[in-house]
Amino acid sequence: MKTIADERRFAMALLAVAFFVAGARSGFAQATQHHPHVASTAAAVPQMPRFRFENYTTANGLPANHVYAVLVDGARIWAGTDDGLGLYEDGKWKTYSTKDGLAHRAVLSLALDKRTGDVWAGTMGGLSRISGGRIVSYTQLNSGLSNNVVYGVSVEGENVWVATASGACRLNLHTGEWSLYNERNTPMREIWVYGVSATATKVYFAVWGSGLLEFNQKTERWDLYDDPDGETELVLFKDQGLIHDIVSSVSYVDGIVWASTYFGDSRYDGRYWHNFLTKDSGLPSNFTNYVKGVDANHAWFCTDKGLAYYDGANWAVYTRSLTSHKPAMTVRDAKGNVTEIPVTSGPAHNYILGIDFQGSDIWVATADGLSHGVLQQ
Amino acid sequence: MRASSRRVRLGAAALAAGAAALLFLALLPGPERRVYAGSTPAASQSPADEQEYASPLEILLSPDGTRLYVLCQQSEDVRVLDTGSYEVIGTVAVGRVPRGMALSRAGDRLFVTNSWDDTVSVIDTRTLTVAATWPVGLEPSGVVEDAAGKHVFVANRISSDIAVLDARTGAEEKRLLAGRGASYLTLSPDGARVYATHIYPNLPPLRTGLENRTPPESEITVIDARSSEVVDRIPLHSIAGVFHLAVSANGRLGVVAEFHPKNLVPLAHLEHGGAFAYTLTLFGADVGKPVEIPLDELDRYASQPFGVAIAPDGSRLYVTLGGSESVLAVDVPRLLRFIHTRPRPESGSFAQDLSASGNYGSARIPVGHNPRGLALSGDGHKLFVANRLDDTISVIDTSTLRVATTIALAGPKTVSALRRGEQTFYSAHYSFQGQISCSSCHIDSTFDALTWNLEPNGFGRDIVDNKLLEDIKDTAPYKWNGGNPNVPTECGPRTEKYFWRSENYDARTLTDLAFYVLSLPSRPNRWRQPSGELTAAQERGKSLFERTADKFGNPIPLENRCNNCHSGPKGTNQKLFDVGTRKTTDNPGPLKSAPLTNIALTAPYLHDGSARTLEEIWTIYNPEDKHGRTNDLTKDELNDLIEYLRTR
Repeated sequence: MKTIADERRFAMALLAVAFFVAGARSGFAQATQHHPHVASTAAAVPQMPRFRFENYTTANGLPANHVYAVLVDGARIWAGTDDGLGLYEDGKWKTYSTKDGLAHRAVLSLALDKRTGDVWAGTMGGLSRISGGRIVSYTQLNSGLSNNVVYGVSVEGENVWVATASGACRLNLHTGEWSLYNERNTPMREIWVYGVSATATKVYFAVWGSGLLEFNQKTERWDLYDDPDGETELVLFKDQGLIHDIVSSVSYVDGIVWASTYFGDSRYDGRYWHNFLTKDSGLPSNFTNYVKGVDANHAWFCTDKGLAYYDGANWAVYTRSLTSHKPAMTVRDAKGNVTEIPVTSGPAHNYILGIDFQGSDIWVATADGLSHGVLQQ
Repeated sequence: MRASSRRVRLGAAALAAGAAALLFLALLPGPERRVYAGSTPAASQSPADEQEYASPLEILLSPDGTRLYVLCQQSEDVRVLDTGSYEVIGTVAVGRVPRGMALSRAGDRLFVTNSWDDTVSVIDTRTLTVAATWPVGLEPSGVVEDAAGKHVFVANRISSDIAVLDARTGAEEKRLLAGRGASYLTLSPDGARVYATHIYPNLPPLRTGLENRTPPESEITVIDARSSEVVDRIPLHSIAGVFHLAVSANGRLGVVAEFHPKNLVPLAHLEHGGAFAYTLTLFGADVGKPVEIPLDELDRYASQPFGVAIAPDGSRLYVTLGGSESVLAVDVPRLLRFIHTRPRPESGSFAQDLSASGNYGSARIPVGHNPRGLALSGDGHKLFVANRLDDTISVIDTSTLRVATTIALAGPKTVSALRRGEQTFYSAHYSFQGQISCSSCHIDSTFDALTWNLEPNGFGRDIVDNKLLEDIKDTAPYKWNGGNPNVPTECGPRTEKYFWRSENYDARTLTDLAFYVLSLPSRPNRWRQPSGELTAAQERGKSLFERTADKFGNPIPLENRCNNCHSGPKGTNQKLFDVGTRKTTDNPGPLKSAPLTNIALTAPYLHDGSARTLEEIWTIYNPEDKHGRTNDLTKDELNDLIEYLRTR
């Protein structure tokens, strides 16, 4: 999802750091002078993206405030809420409901078929395809879909890969054939599949209680990656494998697997694992609902205590105070120094459920609204 | 169907008669003349050749107007005629059962869809040879190239999608979701939009329990030709069977030919207008919101509109009426006046107003049997019409609205029993006020994906699903209740007295019709692998289909095994059973085990069409395991069973 515009903005940001280090005065530098608990050397604070958050709720047209998933398609924003699928276009919200053919009012996951522009929505009652305004829904009763609770969906070529509460599935759009994957034909020990990330070469499934499942498209071989410590919450073998078997989502980008669990997060390059915990990273919480990789070295983590961004060395966290709801941003550098950055806006809620990118901007699904992070720097 | 020789043949007698007629008619202005489109007299005719009909389906003019391309479905070729002499200047063999064709904007390439081969033949119009054959989706039908020459769009009838191909290489880039039975494509004159129509209604999106009692819904799929994405879907309420679409040269008026079935009121009430309205939906700036207008007259129906063309100056539009064996000319200014002056019904449809067409119908021009495709000359003075079941092209002088010339394509000079049967199948001549024919519901001799209220015993009673007419020989008895012992009974007394409410068939006509119906082949099954081997899933499904014990080891009674009732090559043991699917609104009695021929195509399912998909037959309508022992199956296993059924 990273665009040339993204790269340019980040390059500009890095340039700004250089100027900053060289002694350029900035509002941030002034701010740090008033906060004695922040890192002692302002010049050491890495420059991380700052956003002005514009939040959407039912008050300005969002179908419902609990937003499970968000999807960007150019200028169009899709929001999967617990009461319909919202489409934000030309400054207005339109809601698709079960009356329009949506499989269920609660939309848990979204995926875009970039070739056709069709949107696939995983709901609590089946899988819906939104194409040119028409909705076609697949359920466990009217199709080969394994289960109506669709936690994740991903489109790859002519295949739609689906993560459900009863295993995974693949719908071939050319033949109409459904293939089901579960404990009977894969190494999956549990069948709660929470997420899927599909590419032409490999497909990864986040399985609640059964780790990470890999399907090699060429060899049609399955591999299971699980926690070498078992299902304990202990981490005896750091970076020796997946951080935990309760995997909540997966993002496969540039040959790198980013996996989130309810007990920390992992990055896997096909040979080595690198795990992230609050105690040794900038994660605000080990309970991560969703992860989305920008590329091999950058990723966003959606936790129950805020949104985190990792640039390969440093972390930024975007939250709100649990008591005052005041927005906050912190930056943690590679050495563990934490700096508070003064901000005037933040995500709508700390319980973050999803994210997508619109150029340099971010759209964030939270438990109490949808947030548009407009990049400021 | 393909002949050994692709040369156009002309009998000496026919040539002599044709020449004499030409000479005579050339000297006289006036009524229709008949010419024969042949290059040279064919000396190599054989009895086998005699039986090869051309069956022209679609027709196109080259951009310079000098050539007429005629797509001949039965002889499986494209015949190229000189528009000055109507001589055939070339014949190009294409694939099996070609259905659609389109020229590139420059006219240098002709794309032909081969519906039984799942390919597109790309004909070089300079050499009149097939330059390439491109694989596409399932049962390609309509085809069109965009104005920029970047993409070719192909409507696939079975896969209900539109393939977007690289116009240079034919490589498929993507497929767009279209309406069910996607079939016909039109490029807007400005090249900005591709419009797609489809012949089967979309399946109801929601399960309400009343899906089989819900009026059909269709759409015009609107594609942005530049981005190749669907940008709109114009809803066509109560429409099932949407055919060609035309857009006026100024882009302000779009017109689509369609069927408006009245399938949920008893068909036996034909005399009350109870079967169909045949209509056009108009859209575009000239009409504002889309509006449906009827073509039927008070006492004469415009049965089965198919092709549509708009005069270059926008003054008239022409519609071929496949069942009425005529072309309807509609006065566009009067039509627009009608639309803008009459209070428009809230539904946007004037379909129920049989007096409406008197306000805009200009003329009905008789042509040959089953007229289909049509093409207007660049100046709008000549209208060419393909008479599919006559092997002729009618050339209509649009100033007089009369057939000026009939071009006879080379082929058999006699009408065989099979061809007579087919003509009867497609002709609405026999029914009350010329309303319907067999092909009204069995579109292209198949089915219409609708449920019908056929019985006169009350509205909403005994709704039945329309069946596919493929390979039905030796599957008697017929009807869902097995009430008709053979096809002549089904087509004869039942149809003529019950449906037609008009003229009976004579003995020979009925015999020929039954002969034709029983001759209809099964199209290739797309789910069988070319090797004939089953996939792993299909193999597992076959084992379930043939099993004699359930998963708990309990024997399955014979009458409850899939392969007992659905035995034999056609998937029926031709007996009647109670499979627990009857509704309280159905007449009592058992139901015939339905053949499984191409079962994947024929949704909805069960006798009353209550199951939208194969899955619903068992996930919803088999709670007591009466329709086979299936409730012990896992979802994977049910999927496997369905994968196998789709190979039947």
